[in-house]
Parts: sequence; structure tokens; C-alpha cells
Amino acid sequence: MSAPSAGGASRDGYGSALLRLASDPRVVVLEADLGKSTKSCLFREANPERTVSLGIAEQNMILVAAGMASSGKIPFASTFAIFTERGFEQVRNGVARPGLVVHLCGSHGGIHTGTDGSSAQSIEDLALYRTIPGMTVIHPCDDLSSEELTIQLLDHDKPSYTRTARNKTPRMYDEESCKKLKIGKGSKLREGSDVAIIACGVMVSEAIRAAEELSKDGIGATVVDMHTIKPLDTELIDELVRECKGIVTAEDHSVIGGLGSAVSEHVSYTGGVPIRMVGVTDRFGESGEPGELMDLMGITYRDILDSCNSLLS
Amino acid sequence: MNSADRASDMTTSQLRELALRCRRHIVKMIHAAGAGHPGGSLSAIDIIAALYGNQLRFDANNPGWEDRDRFIMSKGHASPAVYSILFEMGFITEEDMMSFRKLGSVCQGHVDMKWTNGVDFSAGSLGMGLSFGLGCALAARMDSSNRDIWVMVGDGEIQEGQFWEAAMAADFHSVGKLNLIVDRNRIQNDDFVEVQMEVGDVGAKLSSFGWDVMEIDGHDMEQVSQAIQWSSSKTDSPTAIVAHTIKGKGVSFMEDNPSFHGKAPNNGELEIALEELS
Repeated sequence: MSAPSAGGASRDGYGSALLRLASDPRVVVLEADLGKSTKSCLFREANPERTVSLGIAEQNMILVAAGMASSGKIPFASTFAIFTERGFEQVRNGVARPGLVVHLCGSHGGIHTGTDGSSAQSIEDLALYRTIPGMTVIHPCDDLSSEELTIQLLDHDKPSYTRTARNKTPRMYDEESCKKLKIGKGSKLREGSDVAIIACGVMVSEAIRAAEELSKDGIGATVVDMHTIKPLDTELIDELVRECKGIVTAEDHSVIGGLGSAVSEHVSYTGGVPIRMVGVTDRFGESGEPGELMDLMGITYRDILDSCNSLLS
Repeated sequence: MNSADRASDMTTSQLRELALRCRRHIVKMIHAAGAGHPGGSLSAIDIIAALYGNQLRFDANNPGWEDRDRFIMSKGHASPAVYSILFEMGFITEEDMMSFRKLGSVCQGHVDMKWTNGVDFSAGSLGMGLSFGLGCALAARMDSSNRDIWVMVGDGEIQEGQFWEAAMAADFHSVGKLNLIVDRNRIQNDDFVEVQMEVGDVGAKLSSFGWDVMEIDGHDMEQVSQAIQWSSSKTDSPTAIVAHTIKGKGVSFMEDNPSFHGKAPNNGELEIALEELS
């Protein structure tokens, strides 16, 4: 087992970050029999004495993490995104309510997860955790940004949920540019004054592709990697509202409650521009290859393109 | 009170007197709030008095002292029992205690570490405390700290699956500093446990999960003290005290009465209760 080479999945970045964080003796890792999948196994291999295996028992894992956080540790607990949801009330009542700094990671988020089918494809995790007061919600788009944002959690004073993806995604950052990322601050990857595409996770590269297509027709699109869903970078959204004619959001997540909802909620107060949401409409996924599923669910660059065009027409 | 270097210094009769004072606080604060859970507070208080009176290492002037022993009240609705002992030990004032459940009070409806000095866990949702205690015990072991972790759960509470996840994990991780007390008062919110969903031979179940178990009369202060010493001395595996108790113990009309699980006494009932607890 080794850290990934170029262009891994965001879960690989999480694993690499945990390895780097191990130099801080307060850091502990908790697993629920999916360490090989979430990549916390890298930490386990190097630091077995600070890794706690809790078996297939997520509710217990979350409260064990809370107990450790109350005793001076900085726990990083992970499982599949969908199985963190089994412990949602534990996160709400046992972690966030007393303000204990536990960092929870849900890998295999979204329908991009693929052939495992709908039981493994969380399309509601971002919505759920976003409702909890004081909770930070992160969804990086590639391995390098995932590594950087996870490293930053070491000094983060609030509980957090990070969603990573199972499958590889194109790199949006290099070793240098990812260092400029900051939790809570959206990252502008491309600038244009006609439309702003705000995306997260695997949809960021789709947004870039849509922007490239739009430029062929002379339409300028700003693309933002909104890696932090909460707290939302409302300053940046206000700037986009001033500069562009409309906003399209893109996420591998239900359109109910996720990034699109968060952006819309903010703009509903400030007013300004029309918004279109690209995301999973109110339905479950199924087995299939990631690309096939993105086609089926209507979350490809073509869907972003259509939304941009309809918004500008 | 500074109990950083705890020595057993209260006699059995002093512990009984402490528990009696706490019982009076419990019924008074619930009456003042007009709501609360007297039954499970009164069933648990003898054990809690013995723990704070003679066992736990803490410093009321420094509630966050990192090597303090932890008391994790998982059955968080029995918060009046906790507030009564925290008042007796000097963590909170009488005014704090009597503001129980009022807006802005440090004494929230269910015990909450964010609000009250001396509270080590935010409870209110049942079945979570043993997991939290396991986390505290694992952290203590990593830090080579000597602190003991005590968790109290109710018998209705252990219907929650998470409790058994934690029980299994505690055995697997051999956390000898983890001490569990089951307040086996046989009544839960709606009715008797045997009516709602009987939990059966709790001691045998925990034994089969790898725990060392002692069963006691949770109101016999000598048995309670001996069980606490026994549990504290066992450091190779987790230990459980199954305390057979009477819900509402000490107030005749509350004893073994499901309707006083979560109901405040009225003025007349308070008067009778305080007479019986004098």
C-alpha cells in the first residue's frame, strides 16, 4: 500500500493527509471496517497504536471519537458517506451539540461511486450535515485539494464532515496552487463575465469542460470550486452576482439541500440573478459505470452547458 | 472540594446522609421546574453519592483538570441527580441548581457538558454514553493517564443497539479503566421494562460480552461502596455493576410507579416527599 501517484481520487488525498498529520501526537484515526476504502489504512499501517478499529458499528465510532475529542485528541473518523448517515443523530447530539472537534469523512459520495449501486451512493450527505449548527462541510474536487483541505482541519476548531469520491477525477490543482486553498473560501478556477458556474467535487472538472465549450460560442464563464459547502463563501457569491448574468450550480448530490440549495438560499436574501441547479433530481441511482450514471442522472458538462444556455437565452 | 488525591474519607452513614440531602434537592428542583424526571434520579442517587463521596478524583475549582476521573451520565434525563451532587461537591450553586430547566440556566433539562461545570458528557439521546466513555478510556490509555471512566446507563436505555456495539468494542479493546453501572430500576418512559421490551438477565448478557459483572442492591450503601471498590480495582477488563434499584426510591408514592418517570410533584406531593425524606 502506498500513497497515490498523479491524479488519484479525492479519497487518496485524504489518506495522504492523514499520514502527514501523524506527526501531531494528538491525531487519532477511527475506522469502521472500511479503512482500505476511505484510505485511512495508510495511517493505520504507519501508526497502529493511534488507530482504533471499531468494526461495522458507525454509531459507536462517532461517540468514541467524541469521547476522545473531549480528552484532548483530534479524531479523524471515516467510513462510506452513506454509512456516516447511520450515525447522523450521533453527530448532531454527541459531537456538534457539545462542540467537540471530531473530523468525520464520508468516502464514496455521490452517484459517481458507480457499480455498487444506489445503496452505496449517498446523494444527501451534504444536505444533512449542512443543517447542523457549527458544522463545517467540505467536498474537494481532486486528490491534491483533498489532501490540502484535510491538512487544514488540524487547526480547525469546529467539527467537520468531508465528502470524498471513490473514483479518480482530473486534477484541478498542482502542488503549488492547492496551497492557496482555504477552508471556507471558494476557489476561482476560470473567469468570465456572462455566467458563473459554482461546482463541487467531481462536477468541478465537468464545469471547466462546459466553460470551454461556452467559450467557443463567445460566452465567458467563471468557474468556482466551492469545496466548502458550509460555511459558504457568501462574499464570493455576492461578487459573482454583481459580475455575471446568472449562476449555475453543479453537484453530484440531490438538488434538494446541497450546494445549489445553499447558493440559492443566500441569493434569495440578496436578490440579483437567476439560478439553475444541475444535480440529482429527486431519485435514487443504480448500478453502472460513473460516466454512464452521470449521463443517466443528467449531471454531465452537457447538462451544465444546457443550463447556462437556457439561463442566458 | 478538592478531591485530586482521593482517599476514602466518608463513612457509610455519611454517604447515606449525602444521598438523603441529594434526594431532597432532586424533588425540590423538579417541583420548582414543574418538569423533570424524579423516578430515575432517585433510583440512581445512592450510587452517585458513593462515587462522588469516596471514589472520583476531581477538583471543583478546576473542573477541566485533564486527569480527573470522568463520570458520564448516559441516562441524561436523570439530570437532577447529577445537579444535586454537583451542588454538594461545590461545582454549582444552589441558585444554579434551583434554576433547573429555566431559560439560560446552567442546569439544562438533560445534562450537557457545554453548560455545566463538572458535567463530562452531553446526554439526552439514550445509548450513547458507553461509546463516549470508551473513547475517554482509549484516550487515557494512549496518554498513560491513570484516570478512571465511570458510565451510568438505565436499563430501558440498553434497548438501544449502540450500547451493545460499545459493550462489544470495550471488551475487544480490553479497556480495564472503563466502569459501567446499570441502574436496573425496571421502569422506562411508557411503562415497566418487562412490558415495553424486557432486557432480561443484563449481567449474563454483559458477561457473555466479556465483561466482569457484579450484581448488587443499588440502595444498600455498603454493597454499593464495595462494588465501586471492586470495579475500580479490576484493570484488566471492563467491569459492570448491575445495580438493582427501585424507581423513585425514598418517596413512597413515586416508588415503583411508572407515572413518576417524568412528572414533577405538585405542591402537596412535594410536602409529603420532603417529610418522607427528612
